[in-house]
Amino acid sequence: MNIQDYAIRISQNRTREGFTFDCQTINGEVEVLQIEINGMNGFPIFLTKTQNQIICIVYLWSEDEVKSEKRTQMLEMMLDTSISIPLSAYARVGNRFVLYGALSVNSNLDKVIEEVVTLNENAIDVVTAMEDFLK
Amino acid sequence: MNILKKIMTAIRGGTRELGESIVDSQGTRIFEQEIEDAQESLKKAKHDLTQVMAKEMQASRKVESISAEIEKNEGYVADALAKKEESLALEIATKVAELEQDKALQVDAQQSYEKHIEKLKSMMEKAERQLKDYERQLTMVKTTENVQKATAAITDNFGTTDSTLMSAKESLDRIRKKQEDFDDRNLAAEQLDAENSGKNLSDKMKQAGIGDTQSAAEAVLARLKAKAKKKA
Repeated sequence: MNIQDYAIRISQNRTREGFTFDCQTINGEVEVLQIEINGMNGFPIFLTKTQNQIICIVYLWSEDEVKSEKRTQMLEMMLDTSISIPLSAYARVGNRFVLYGALSVNSNLDKVIEEVVTLNENAIDVVTAMEDFLK
Repeated sequence: MNILKKIMTAIRGGTRELGESIVDSQGTRIFEQEIEDAQESLKKAKHDLTQVMAKEMQASRKVESISAEIEKNEGYVADALAKKEESLALEIATKVAELEQDKALQVDAQQSYEKHIEKLKSMMEKAERQLKDYERQLTMVKTTENVQKATAAITDNFGTTDSTLMSAKESLDRIRKKQEDFDDRNLAAEQLDAENSGKNLSDKMKQAGIGDTQSAAEAVLARLKAKAKKKA
């Protein structure tokens, strides 16, 4: 499946919890799918595909949003809590901290959607819990 | 070549401009070439293996048939001896000796094929491991590039459409605001429900003459009257 296929199939999907999705493709050097969950407060999730992986990313905050005196503490807290967060892990891309999940390209659509929903819930929890570290 | 180390060096050296490739494309091409070579040698090893395995099977079949021949002829020797045909027995025994030499040659060949098979199999396993490793490392490079390019595409997109990638605090505020609205709406709905059901119930009770049927004013009047009576 390419990004367009994902866009179509994810848009048509309705999860058992009743979530539906708004998908929008972003063109660039690589194709990215922006997914928003209807009726759920949260973050846009960006899906991109490599030869072997599907990567779902939420952009959390950038370096300049971090209180400089609490930066080390924040980084340690991220390392300490990363494994507890289901299906997602922390990373930094450029100067942006992200939460992401990587799946095999052979994953079926249900798995991708599970990842998207979980990632959004995780991101809300993370930003709420890490608020004190941010300006 | 440890690719992760290269990626780390590139990041440390400030090659973290979005979209800029971490490992030069030349490096990636070399990797892809190595993968192709490994795949090619694997294919060749597989082809060789099937040939050697076929030869080994042929040798093993020959050993079996010669063994059967030897057994048969040994029987004839015994028969000839039983009939006191010494010279015939010697002649057959000579044939048996020749067969045994033949068998020894075939057994040697079979064993050397077996060794060859073992060697080819272990070579193939090594190539498979190498291939997996190349692929895994190439994945690291490609993923790094892809995520950086994706981020560049996303930031570009948000830059042009003016729907900014919000800061975490802004997002949180927005989420909280939505949540509060949602909670408020829920609370209002609950209160409305409670009021409605409560009102309905008291109306029904009043109609049936159950419970506090007096109006509030009547109750106050009754209380004051009682108080005045006490004083008097």
